[in-house]
Amino acid sequence: MRLPCPICGDRDRREFYYQGAAVALSRPAPDADAAAWEDYVHLRENQPGDLDELWSHDAGCGAWLVVTRNTVTHAVSGAKLASEATR
Amino acid sequence: MADALTLTATTPCYGLLPKTIGTCVLTETDLGALTSVAPYKQGAAGALKDAHGMDFPAPNRTTGKQGARAIWFGRDMALLAGPAPDAALAEHAALTDQTDAWACVTLSGDDAAAVLARLVPVDLSLAKFKRGHTARTQLGHLNASITRTGVDSFLILAFRSMAATLVHDLVTAMESLAARR
Ligand SMILES: [Zn+2]
Repeated sequence: MRLPCPICGDRDRREFYYQGAAVALSRPAPDADAAAWEDYVHLRENQPGDLDELWSHDAGCGAWLVVTRNTVTHAVSGAKLASEATR
Repeated sequence: MADALTLTATTPCYGLLPKTIGTCVLTETDLGALTSVAPYKQGAAGALKDAHGMDFPAPNRTTGKQGARAIWFGRDMALLAGPAPDAALAEHAALTDQTDAWACVTLSGDDAAAVLARLVPVDLSLAKFKRGHTARTQLGHLNASITRTGVDSFLILAFRSMAATLVHDLVTAMESLAARR
């Protein structure tokens, strides 16, 4: 399995650390209500198919990436820098 | 005036290198001062050019030449290898002295790329990875910086605390490749 790092190019999966679904990019505002925080902390869709995930290229450039991976086929359809995804 | 209390600095691979095995030679390399250069918003590339005569390296590339190189070292970071950093650079980039932090070795010989192919998950063949190309990647389980410095030579940096493992992994690969020649 290879991941397309926007900085380094296609790299082997073992260079990356897997964090999970990219929920951290949609963190509620500090003053959001309890329901929004409960949703953020506990509730997941968990549907099969394309999923945005956070991966760290920790043995490469060190950047955090948002990788879109199909959880059924493992096909990777893209990756972008997490810093740009949040803007 | 040497006496029993005189301390002598040893290099990271002291007592481990050089090694000649098969067609390859593994030697320790003294790069001089090592300084990480992490640019602030603007001006670092110009300051590096003015102070040290080399461009700021693009990802996976090096600039400069032997004795004074800038090696791409990760996201928004280069490693200045050779000269002590010019004071003017500090205005434009965070500078960190890493001279004693890295074990630096050179692997050279006909089979150098084949040795690394056993350890590194990046295509280092000459067609893909030319002189001056560099990669932050893994060597065995070590995080490393690997630069092609010639047709059959590579500069390899790993954390100093892992110097013995670096040498062990490289020597093991050199031996197993030589045994199959
Ligand atoms: Zn990368």
